[in-house]
Amino acid sequence: MNTVWSYLIAFAVWPGLLFAAPLGWLELWFMRKLVARLQGRRGPPFFQPFFDFMKLLGKQTVIPRGVSRGIFLALPLVSVGAVTAALAIVPLPGNPVPSLPGDVVLLLYLMEVPVLCEVLAGYVSRSIYGQVAAMREALLSLAYNLPFLVAIIAMAQEAGSFRMSALQAAPYGIVHLLAGVTFLLALPARMKLNPFSIANAEHEIVADSHIEYSGPPLALFKLSHAVELVLLTELFAVVFIPATPWPLVNLLVYLAAGILVLGGVTLLATATARLRLAQAFRFYWVWGGIASAVTMAATLVR
Amino acid sequence: MNLIERVVAISRRRSPWICRLNAGSCNGCDIEITPLLSPRYDAEQLGVELHGTPKHADIVLISGTLTLRSREAILDIYAQVPNPKAVVALGSCPASGNVFAGSPLVLSESLDSVVPVDVWVPGCPPRPQAILDGIARAARLLEDGATKSQLQNWQGRLS
Ligand code: SF4
Repeated sequence: MNTVWSYLIAFAVWPGLLFAAPLGWLELWFMRKLVARLQGRRGPPFFQPFFDFMKLLGKQTVIPRGVSRGIFLALPLVSVGAVTAALAIVPLPGNPVPSLPGDVVLLLYLMEVPVLCEVLAGYVSRSIYGQVAAMREALLSLAYNLPFLVAIIAMAQEAGSFRMSALQAAPYGIVHLLAGVTFLLALPARMKLNPFSIANAEHEIVADSHIEYSGPPLALFKLSHAVELVLLTELFAVVFIPATPWPLVNLLVYLAAGILVLGGVTLLATATARLRLAQAFRFYWVWGGIASAVTMAATLVR
Repeated sequence: MNLIERVVAISRRRSPWICRLNAGSCNGCDIEITPLLSPRYDAEQLGVELHGTPKHADIVLISGTLTLRSREAILDIYAQVPNPKAVVALGSCPASGNVFAGSPLVLSESLDSVVPVDVWVPGCPPRPQAILDGIARAARLLEDGATKSQLQNWQGRLS
């Protein structure tokens, strides 16, 4: 098969949009349902995230006065494109994309693009709430990226290569455990879930940085978030869960691990209240910093 | 109606996002909305989500006596809600001014003279289940394309 075709298939079909979108909706539903059950409610029906998406597609787009039309509409497209491209690099079983040297760096870069899009979306909206959300998002990303990046870089150091397939195949050791914990530390903030739901604090600043978005662009932002959930959980599974020689078993293990991680993060989110920005920042630079230092030290002492 | 249009129509019924607009209410009606999101009434089963901004809403819940100053705000916020949209009037106040009718700063008119109202939920304040029923009725109207704003747009396109 031609390389261009394999990239296209990885982007559009598996593990790209065609499978990632329903999987993301499933994960979103799972989280909402779990929150509802923990609060003693019945929770949303199974197809709820899909209905939300389709309804938004059928709505009008209101562009605020004085906002540049091009960038307002381009941001959600770029965001979805970047997360899907990032997912297409993750070596899930059956992914047709060949492994490139240095694709870890590309992956890390692509994963920052949706965050950047959200920050820009808040700033271009000309809404004061959107701007506060954008500022919080930008600051928070400085905090959680410390443990997040260190977890992945430590794994690359351990595997001796910046190739995703090398990370996946690295022999299991103590570094996996430490880096996995460091990664999990960053996960709630990356997913904008409760103790760190500072940028999307719905009662403090009305909504997140998509406050001025409506209709299909908002639907695309929601889709981007859903795909990002899949990306984060599957990235965790691929890097930190030991792989078996059977691809099908691997796939099932990865999906199960993803759901398990989401369940844990959701439990944490329902059990906690929102922190202030300064508290979250301190948490990540102190505890995230200690975890990062320990992880890096473990890769060096071997 | 093709398949996609059908799915979008069903989604409009299954995913009504609401936004509150207090047009001079005594707060009684607004407090009755809160239990909808609690375990007892759990509006999320119907796909209802409460949003703070009109840009994300499908259904605007307008409560309270209309005052001279809130008229502009209602028109402004109604215009910000993207089509298709529905309006639910909560309580007796928007219908008639209730006990406040005739006060100097109160617009003693029905909400219908400001924005097209699709569902009236009577009561002072209405019970939570009545509000939930009003939202469900408005969502069904959205599915059928039968809210007043949808019908107006439709006529505007024909003429
Ligand atoms: S209808 Fe009754 S409860 Fe509702 S705003 Fe009017 S006076 Fe208050």
